[in-house]
Amino acid sequence: MKPMILAGVVLGTLSTGAAFAQSAAPIQLADIVELSGGGATVGTNWKNGIDLAIEEINAGGGILGHRLEVTHADSQSNPGVARAQAQKALDGEPYVLLGPGYSGSVKVTAPLAAEAGIAQIMGGEAAELTRGGNKFLFRTSFGQQSSMPKVAKYIHDEVKATSVAIVWVNNDFGKGGRDVITREFGRLGVKVAADISTEAGQADFAADVAKIKAAAPDAVFIYVNEEESARILKEVKRQGVTAPLIGETTLIGQKVVELAGDAANGARGHVGLTTDAPVERVKAFREKFVRKYNYVPDHNGIKGYLAIYMIKATTEKMGKVDAKAFADNLHGLTIKAADQPGILMDVTFDQNGDIDRQGFLVEIVEGKQVVKQVLPKLN
Amino acid sequence: MSNLFDLLVAGLATGAIYAIVAVGFTLLWQTSQTINFAQGEFVMLPAFLMLAVMQAGAPFWLAILIGIGLSMLLLGLGFKLLLVDPMLRHGVLPLAIATMALAIGIKEAVKQFFSAEASPFPSIVPAGDVSIFGHAVSLQSLGVLTLAILAVIGLTALLNRTSIGHQMQAAAQNPTAARIIGVPVERMILLTFLINAVLVALASLLITPIYLAKFSSGEVLGQAAFIAAIVGGFNQVRGAIAGGLLIGVVDNLAAAYVSTQYRAAIPLLLLIVIILFRPQGLLGRPEERTV
Repeated sequence: MKPMILAGVVLGTLSTGAAFAQSAAPIQLADIVELSGGGATVGTNWKNGIDLAIEEINAGGGILGHRLEVTHADSQSNPGVARAQAQKALDGEPYVLLGPGYSGSVKVTAPLAAEAGIAQIMGGEAAELTRGGNKFLFRTSFGQQSSMPKVAKYIHDEVKATSVAIVWVNNDFGKGGRDVITREFGRLGVKVAADISTEAGQADFAADVAKIKAAAPDAVFIYVNEEESARILKEVKRQGVTAPLIGETTLIGQKVVELAGDAANGARGHVGLTTDAPVERVKAFREKFVRKYNYVPDHNGIKGYLAIYMIKATTEKMGKVDAKAFADNLHGLTIKAADQPGILMDVTFDQNGDIDRQGFLVEIVEGKQVVKQVLPKLN
Repeated sequence: MSNLFDLLVAGLATGAIYAIVAVGFTLLWQTSQTINFAQGEFVMLPAFLMLAVMQAGAPFWLAILIGIGLSMLLLGLGFKLLLVDPMLRHGVLPLAIATMALAIGIKEAVKQFFSAEASPFPSIVPAGDVSIFGHAVSLQSLGVLTLAILAVIGLTALLNRTSIGHQMQAAAQNPTAARIIGVPVERMILLTFLINAVLVALASLLITPIYLAKFSSGEVLGQAAFIAAIVGGFNQVRGAIAGGLLIGVVDNLAAAYVSTQYRAAIPLLLLIVIILFRPQGLLGRPEERTV
């Protein structure tokens, strides 16, 4: 009789423990992202990626028994609104702050998160974001200081261009990219035949493309946001520019291909993340995303998804839910996809919050991203 | 030189669309003293109506026809009966503010029911180039320009060469006298609203393949067309046409030869100069009001 009572007590304790684990306080996440305005494509993909990952993790029992909960706030693609939303979110003491996607909005929200001692996992790519000594800021994709040298090298070595027109968007993202690649072109001896600044949300690119035509460059490097990328590609086709069109991530994104149609064919560039990557886990992610949302995500969808799995991997490494220790533990962390399949590809975070991961050179062929070359992880 | 030619063609094509929208502004002002600050959103909405019809499985040509029909119903008849008629009796200013509210309402509704993201929109003009004076000109630019000019010629012919057009002009110039001689003024005003609805639907059809279908795209168009109408002359259709073409060309030349950052300011500077030195606009006629 005694062993049965003991077993009953053990079972009772275990079930109580399980029930306790399931009813443990949920982990609260706050997401500030561009759900309207010029960055709506960025933000919508990012948000959907986050929601998909959270759904998967919660279905699997959460993180250390804690369910994940997230609140999404719309920055309206406006840094001022993003800052106000971040302050409001931080007042709620979230475990981690997610977003924004626009570098300008990251720039104004990052000091708030750092002051609160809360880690911020964001989508911005401007080089300067991780150069200011902020110990709480983490990327989900390459910074421009990593990606632009690869693009410049490609234009110099593979396209064999000696002169380039640079078209960039006049915000933190665009100016950061333009500054880095101009420096790289200078180092490689590639002449900048035209340096064309455009505005965020610009609708009419006729004058800009006419300037490209007048400069007659060997190649055109286009670094603007997704919707503007589509508009300029259409205008380039309309005015019959024949020089190779090269970009970094945005120009060859899924949404750009959808919006620009035939005009996107032939565009090439470097992407850190693409759902067309020849990686099985990425393909599986794409299928799940398409099943849930009925469209193919761009890199921002992957970034949002990865942000949540970064939280899972770091928290499981710590063995506890500790917002204050989170950033310290993510610095220097290598997450292997074999151990944490949701991270999709092996990734290492350095002490600045920058990442090291494999990248891809792609070309748009008949409306699809075709990976031409895989660039390996450095370390 | 080639650069200038490209800029002129592109500027005229965009300007022709501004002209269509600006003509709508002037028509509404002349017949009902309505300053429609939702005119840009009126251009944005028909593209989404057409997209909705296409998503329901209709071919593009049918979507265009249904889109124009819905535009006449919502932006013509509905606009007049539900907003202009009740508000106009309170004065021009309350009505102008009501149209600002309408603009916000349309934008938010499109964002809510469709998406905050841009959507592609098919072009009625095929891709390709033709050679003009040795310059390659895109069929799209040429097509947009041609269709816009045809629309303006058609409208001008309607106003100047038909009985209905004469009645519309009479209703606009002196409604009291027009009523005395038997012109159905109310019907003529309604007709003006319906014509404006067709014009904005046409502008939507022409501009959306270039600008993409997006809830916020009306902001730029509305502002450009408003400036065009004032620069050309708010009380003259031909003034609105000239103003639209001028703003399209000036905007493109400013972006190319002055600065992309200041391109939006150049048409506004032009507006200030016109108001200072020729308040009635380039082709407008002076109006005097008693107080």
